[in-house]
Amino acid sequence: MSLLKEVTSLVRKEILLEWRFKYAINGILLYVVSTVFVCYQAFKSVDPTTWNALFWIILLFASVNAINKSFVQESPSRQLYYYTVASARAVILSKISYNMLIMLLLSALAYLVYSIIFQNPLGDPGLYFVVVVLGSIGFAAVFTMVSGISAKAGNNSTLMAILSFPIVIPLLLVLIKVSKNAMDGLDRSISLDEILVLLAINVITVAISLVLFPYLWRD
Amino acid sequence: MKNYWWKILAILLLLYSIIMGLLGHVPALPIVHETIRNVYFHVPMWFTMFTLYIISVVYSIKYLSSSNPQHDLVAVESVNVGIVFCVFGLVSGMLWANFTWGDPWPNDPKLNGSAIATLMYLAYLVLRNALEEEQKRARISAIYNVFAFPIMIVLMYILPKTTDSLHPGSGGNSGFGQFDLDGSMKAVLYPASLGWILLGTWLLTLRFRIRKLEYQNDIRVD
Repeated sequence: MSLLKEVTSLVRKEILLEWRFKYAINGILLYVVSTVFVCYQAFKSVDPTTWNALFWIILLFASVNAINKSFVQESPSRQLYYYTVASARAVILSKISYNMLIMLLLSALAYLVYSIIFQNPLGDPGLYFVVVVLGSIGFAAVFTMVSGISAKAGNNSTLMAILSFPIVIPLLLVLIKVSKNAMDGLDRSISLDEILVLLAINVITVAISLVLFPYLWRD
Repeated sequence: MKNYWWKILAILLLLYSIIMGLLGHVPALPIVHETIRNVYFHVPMWFTMFTLYIISVVYSIKYLSSSNPQHDLVAVESVNVGIVFCVFGLVSGMLWANFTWGDPWPNDPKLNGSAIATLMYLAYLVLRNALEEEQKRARISAIYNVFAFPIMIVLMYILPKTTDSLHPGSGGNSGFGQFDLDGSMKAVLYPASLGWILLGTWLLTLRFRIRKLEYQNDIRVD
């Protein structure tokens, strides 16, 4: 079986499993909405810089919680079965792509609810949305690999947080900077460099995950 | 003599750099004044830390391809010694910043980046404690080490260069080379850096040998 075929069938399996139980996805979507409400009740109104930072912090915690479980949902014996029928690269690629889909859904919802509740004028909504898409893809790529590592170490959420937060900070800094540019409606050519950096970070993270994951799953 | 000449060299270089660093000629500059001598102590700490982290990531990669437990011991001990040098670098930098910038912790990307990178390596040590089985611990922490290394470079060396920083050589500031017209500072800085790197490597080999003895002892008891 070719790699692409393995990945697509594994992703289809993930979506099917999720659709049958709907527990994880509904849980995390509710998590986002309730976090937004907690922040709204706490802050009432915020200035644009805080608005932007708060949005990314909500998204950061939601994505840690969403991706944290990606390797522990299934029993070890079933995982062993996947490893016998598919290659390690296909497994990690399918997990990353599935988490990217989840994150896109999650961030679109977060963006929608957040901007309805916290009204804030956006200078360049199109660019802001592109940044949100790139950011959620980046979070998915980083957190999937780290959740694989923390799953091997007993998967407590403290470990997941301390392992992933320092790693995700460069990504977060660039994201906050570009999204602030988009908010202020600056010319798109100013943000072009940062968008390239975001793309580069995403490509590098996926590449390192592909190289390292075969060592990770082998017990 | 064949094997330990570099340890003698390290001591000689450090003696030279401490004596020349405190007594030698430095250019008279506004704001920094005589604290410019701190460059002989602050900068080599970061060079040493960086060298040790490179040794660590190289041995982590070697461990992944060889599964030799000794490679894992080298990797973890270089991180341990590297963190000590990182702390020295932060403390000497804070003393310096307090004098020249008026604040021990100004909001500077280089300071924040190095602090976050330190958190990452501390997380590496916590991850090791969370894993009990020896081979699993070695393998998984090696994977995290390799994963974290490029992020450390981005945090400490790439992001400060692109944003505004108080440090010389970043964010459009001029480097120290501009003030050192006759090269008298380079004549101390370079030997000092080499001396501290050698001292760091020496500490690493000592720690590694202790760990190796403990490891062999454990095997014999079992």
